[in-house]
Amino acid sequence: MSAEPVAAVVIGASAGAVQALSDILPRLPADYSLPIMVVVHVPTAPSGLTTLFAAKCAMAVVEPDDKEMIAPGSIYFAPPGYHLLVEPGGSIALSADEPVLYSRPSIDVLFESAADSFGPGLLGIVLTGANEDGARGAAAIEQRGGRVLVEDPATAYAATMPAAALARCSAARALSLDALSDYLIRAGSR
Amino acid sequence: MSHTPAEPVEDIEIKLLLEALYLRYHFDFRHYAKASIKRRLRQARDQLGFATFSAMQEKLLHSEAMVGTLLDYLTVQVSEMFRDPGYFKAMRERVLPHLRTYPSLKIWIAGCSHGEEVYSFAIMLLEEGLLDRTMIYATDINPGALEIARSGVYPLDRIAAFTRNHQQAGGKTSLADHYTTAYGRAVFDKKLRAQVVFSDHSLVTDEVFTECQLVSCRNVMIYFDRPLQDRAVGLFRDSLTRRGFLGLGSKETLRFSEHAGAFTDFVREEKIYQRSEA
Ligand SMILES: C[S@@+](CC[C@H](N)C(=O)[O-])C[C@H]1O[C@@H](n2cnc3c(N)ncnc32)[C@H](O)[C@@H]1O
Repeated sequence: MSAEPVAAVVIGASAGAVQALSDILPRLPADYSLPIMVVVHVPTAPSGLTTLFAAKCAMAVVEPDDKEMIAPGSIYFAPPGYHLLVEPGGSIALSADEPVLYSRPSIDVLFESAADSFGPGLLGIVLTGANEDGARGAAAIEQRGGRVLVEDPATAYAATMPAAALARCSAARALSLDALSDYLIRAGSR
Repeated sequence: MSHTPAEPVEDIEIKLLLEALYLRYHFDFRHYAKASIKRRLRQARDQLGFATFSAMQEKLLHSEAMVGTLLDYLTVQVSEMFRDPGYFKAMRERVLPHLRTYPSLKIWIAGCSHGEEVYSFAIMLLEEGLLDRTMIYATDINPGALEIARSGVYPLDRIAAFTRNHQQAGGKTSLADHYTTAYGRAVFDKKLRAQVVFSDHSLVTDEVFTECQLVSCRNVMIYFDRPLQDRAVGLFRDSLTRRGFLGLGSKETLRFSEHAGAFTDFVREEKIYQRSEA
C-alpha cells in the first residue's frame, strides 16, 4: 500500500448504503482535513441524501454544482442523474454520460477519474452493495499507487460489491465499519 | 539539472490526438473537461480496437471516415423531452409571461442533441399560443445528431418517459396530440418545426449569429473547462437582448463564471438567469 499521506477520499456504496454511511460519516470531526467524495446508487429523482447527512454530520455536506472546487473538510455527494468526476486541477466535473453498469452516478467513473488526479494520495473505500460497480475503479486506484479498503463482505449488508473489489485489488484490506471509520479518522485528523 | 516528473504518456497522447483532430478537421475539443474526455477516449480506443491513442491518431489523420466515429464518442447524446420538468414549468410560468410582451421572439437552443429539448420548447410555445411568432435556432456540432433532430422521430419506448415529464412540466395538451406512430417510432408533427432552424454551430469556435430573448443551453458546458465555459457564456451574453433569459442544466451555474456580473438569478432553483442592464 501507498506510503504517501492521504490527500482525498472516495467512497462508493449501493444497497444498504445509508446505514453503512451513517456508521462512518457522522463520526468525522468538523475540522477533518480531507475532502470526501461519495457515490451512492439511488433511484432517480431528488435523493435527499445531502439533506439527510447534513443533519447528521459535523463536516459540511454538499451536492456540488459543476466545476466546484474541492475543499478539505467537505463531503460531496454525486447528484442523482450525473456522474461525478475529479478534474486534474482539483475541481469537480459532472457529466450526463450514459449510465455505467446501469448506474448514474457510477462508482467506477468517480474512482477512475480521482485515481488519475490524486494518484498515490487517494484512498478509495467500497462499501455494501449488490452489484460490481467500484471493482474496476478500485483496481485503477491501486494501479496509480493509491490504497483501497472495503467493507468486510462477511458482515456487509450486501457482500457482492466489496467482494468484487477485493477480488480485483491485491493490496486491499477488508475492515468492519468501525475499523473503517477509525482508519478514516486517523488519516484525516489535524 | 532539475527534474520535474514527466507527464503520463497517455496524457501526452491525448493532447496530440485532440490537436490532430483540430488541425485536420477543425473540431476543437482541446479545452473540454479533461477527466470526462479521457474517459470517453479510453472507451473509443478500447471499443475500436486500438492499442494506443497514437495508433488512433494515425488513423484519424489519414482516414476521414474516422472523424464521425470519433465525434460520436466525444459528444454525449443523452437527452429527454422535458428533461427536468421543473425547468420547463418555470419557463412556462415565469419566463413566458415576459416573452409574451414581444411582438416576435427568437430562442436559441445551443447543444440541441437529437432535438428533444427543441420539440419540448415548440410544444410548450404552441400550448401557450406563442409558436407562430417565435423563431427557434437549434444548434449542435454533431451532424448526425442534427439530422435526427431535424427528423423529429424517436423510438416509441422513449415516449412513456417523455409523456410523464410533459405532464409534470405543466403540459396543457396530451403529448400524443403531437406525434403519430409508425413502425415502432413516434413521428413528431412537422408543424412543430416550421419555425425551427437547425444548424451546425460550435460554442468553441464559432461566433454569435443572432440576437435573441432566450438562450437554453443545458448539459453542454459541463463538458467544457472553466475558460471555455467563459467563452460560451460570453457568446450568450452578447446574443441576448437587454433583460433576456439564459437557462442552464440543473447542476450548472454562473457562480464561477467571469461573466457572472452580467446576469442576475431569475429562477434560482432552476438555473434560469436574466441578463442585467448593461
Ligand atoms: C448531453 S447533450 C445535451 C442535450 C440537451 N441540451 C439536454 O440537456 O438534454 C450535449 C450536446 O452538446 C453538444 N455539443 C458538444 N460540444 C458542443 C459545442 N462545442 N458546441 C455546440 N454543441 C456542442 C453535443 O453534440 C450534444 O448534442
